Amino acid sequence: MLPLSYYLVLSAVLFACGVTGFLIKRNIITIFMSIELMLNGVNLSFVAFAAKWHQLSGHVFVFFVMVVAAAEAAVGLAIIIALFRTRETLNIDQVNLLKL
Amino acid sequence: MTRNLHLWLIPLLPLAGAAINGLLGKRFSRTVVATVANVFCGAAFVMSVWVAAKFSSLPTLPYVETVASWLRSGNFSIDYSFSLDQLSLVMLLVVSGVGFLIHIYSIGYMWEEGGYYRFFSYLNLFMFFMLTLVLASNYLLMFVGWEGVGLASYLLIGFFFLRDSAAAAGKKAFIVNRIGDCGFLIALFLIIQRFGTLDFERVFDAVKPYAAETSGVGFLTAIAILLMVGAAGKSAQIPLYVWLPDAMEGPTPVSALIHAATMVTAGVYMVARSHVIFERAPSALMVVAIIGALTAFFAATIGIAQTDIKKVLAYSTISQLGYMFLACGVAAFSAGIFHLMTHAFFKGLLFLAAGSVIHAVGGEQDMRKMGGLRKEIPVTFWTMTIATFAIAGIPPLAGFFSKDEILWRAYQASWAYWLVGLATAFITSFYMFRLWFMTFFGEYRGAAGASHGHEEHAGHGTHPGRDESLARTGAPPPHSQHAHGHGGIHESPWVMLGPLVVLAVLSFVGGWIGIPGSLGGGNHFDKFLGPVFRATTPAVNAEHAQAGESAPPEQTTEGTEPQTEHSTEIMFTGISVAAGLLGLFLAWLLYHRRPELPGRIAASAHALYIAVANKYWIDEVYAAIFVKPLIGISGFVFWRGIDQGVIDATLDGSADGARELSDNLRHMQSGNVRSYAGWVAIGATAVIAYMVWVGTR
Repeated sequence: MLPLSYYLVLSAVLFACGVTGFLIKRNIITIFMSIELMLNGVNLSFVAFAAKWHQLSGHVFVFFVMVVAAAEAAVGLAIIIALFRTRETLNIDQVNLLKL
Repeated sequence: MTRNLHLWLIPLLPLAGAAINGLLGKRFSRTVVATVANVFCGAAFVMSVWVAAKFSSLPTLPYVETVASWLRSGNFSIDYSFSLDQLSLVMLLVVSGVGFLIHIYSIGYMWEEGGYYRFFSYLNLFMFFMLTLVLASNYLLMFVGWEGVGLASYLLIGFFFLRDSAAAAGKKAFIVNRIGDCGFLIALFLIIQRFGTLDFERVFDAVKPYAAETSGVGFLTAIAILLMVGAAGKSAQIPLYVWLPDAMEGPTPVSALIHAATMVTAGVYMVARSHVIFERAPSALMVVAIIGALTAFFAATIGIAQTDIKKVLAYSTISQLGYMFLACGVAAFSAGIFHLMTHAFFKGLLFLAAGSVIHAVGGEQDMRKMGGLRKEIPVTFWTMTIATFAIAGIPPLAGFFSKDEILWRAYQASWAYWLVGLATAFITSFYMFRLWFMTFFGEYRGAAGASHGHEEHAGHGTHPGRDESLARTGAPPPHSQHAHGHGGIHESPWVMLGPLVVLAVLSFVGGWIGIPGSLGGGNHFDKFLGPVFRATTPAVNAEHAQAGESAPPEQTTEGTEPQTEHSTEIMFTGISVAAGLLGLFLAWLLYHRRPELPGRIAASAHALYIAVANKYWIDEVYAAIFVKPLIGISGFVFWRGIDQGVIDATLDGSADGARELSDNLRHMQSGNVRSYAGWVAIGATAVIAYMVWVGTR
């Protein structure tokens, strides 16, 4: 069995990729995908710990996260469609009306 | 308490009148306003008389009535409580009686003026505070009344507030009174600190065991002198008298009620009320006597050269108040209160009659433009004649007895007091008869009645008061309080003359209740007030006080005196009457018989005349010494320095800082989603870093 640290490093790399993508990408679809990447990075560490300590709660948590992510994807994609219809762009830097 | 007199109603009735007129009076007609004010004030007077009738059947004196508890703090407590003894009964009757008469008079006098309801509302408010002052049974409640009459005085002096001089006079009165009140307040603090109470009876009981502070200055002397400072402010004594002449800007009934008969005597009342303290502080008493004597003389000399009829009376009031303080200063408190009462009658009458004269000549106040009025306004003339003879101390009018009593008691203390008093009596008689001759005798010197003295320099021929033109700088320009324009000299309506006649009767017979023993009277007034002033004399006089109970009248505080003392007293009475008659003769000579003489005298003693006519430049000196530096310091140090430099700067600085900070912070909210995400990432990193740091520590 692979050591725990391998899973954790992979999880951290995935999460860091997600954060980086979230911060630097302008396309809102890409940003959306980065969020999924972060969620899955976290999921990976959950299941890794669950397997290590033989605890079921880690697995349960991952299912919760997946369900929430699915719902979020549905709502988020709906928002993106509505956004594209009104602004005709997916560039997040041009969607900046909500400010002082 | 077997019997309840409901003393609290007496001050409350005028307050109700003030509230009704003040809140609703704008919609009332003049008749309704006058009715409301007079009914409530009259009710207070009727109630006072009723209380006086019940007075003799009261079981214990002073009769104290506690309405409610006011302040409670530890052992210290103050109640809303009223007390009645001989002294406050006299004051109560004088205040409500004279006040009521002046209310009636005001109906006629103020009829043509705007703000009728406002006037009566203020007048009733004044009655409320004044009655509170005289009925209070502790110093704090007295102080409430004390400040309240000051407020009413301010409002009424500035009644014609569109005139700058009236507004300024109101402010001056208020501010000068504040100086005195400051002394009064510190005295109260000292009393609290020393005795832990402000209740009259308890303070005086606590003071009684102390011996008189004959050597050195103790805390009783300090309290007494501070109380005297308060009294000097309210009663217009040197050095705080300057507000009273200016207060003549108010309507004449106000001058009569507040600045002659009642409010200004509050200081005398307060000193008399605190006599237990003063008797144990001989040096403070001496201060009172000296200030009183100086004020009496000083103000009287200024009165000689005034040309405004009300200003003469104002200085005369200051002078007479000086008499009262002189009496208190020689521990003749009942004589002081006696003079207070008679003065309330004749000075109130003088002012009301002067108001009637001013009314008759259409708002003119300058005596040089009057003259020969005795035929046109006979009732005013005769009542004013009685008042003038009364104040000049001609027997058997009221002023004679009270003034004579004070002079005699002053002589017993020191011949110097007596001499100053006698000189003042002579000057008083002189300037009062000067006023009398200039107003009522000779030829009428005014313009035709319809024009209200606007033509100041219209040559009126060689009129007797020619010299007075020198005094023009000192006298205010004649102003037209009376804008009403019915022409010709006319007698006032009976609603004004009625009070004049009543007061004239009182000025005539008012002194008879205090005829001294030397003239075959019983001096009932002195005996009536006796229990208040004599039961508490210091230990050194204990045997005299004992003797006083059964002694013949007049000499009660001094113990029994042999018959020879009476003949001396009669001699002194003769001297003071002679001084009064001399004043009458001189005034007759100068202002009736040989009207060209005053001009020549004034010319020969030019410097002196100028000094007197300009009131010794006291106002200018005060302005230079106190007012200008104070305004300068206030302007630069307090306004620019502290107010603008510290207080405003602190507030402005913190407001500017907050705005600058938020200006910078609001750039965080750019609307850019990625920058928000960046802040979130930074924040999360910081939290994680902190947790890691905590974990690994």
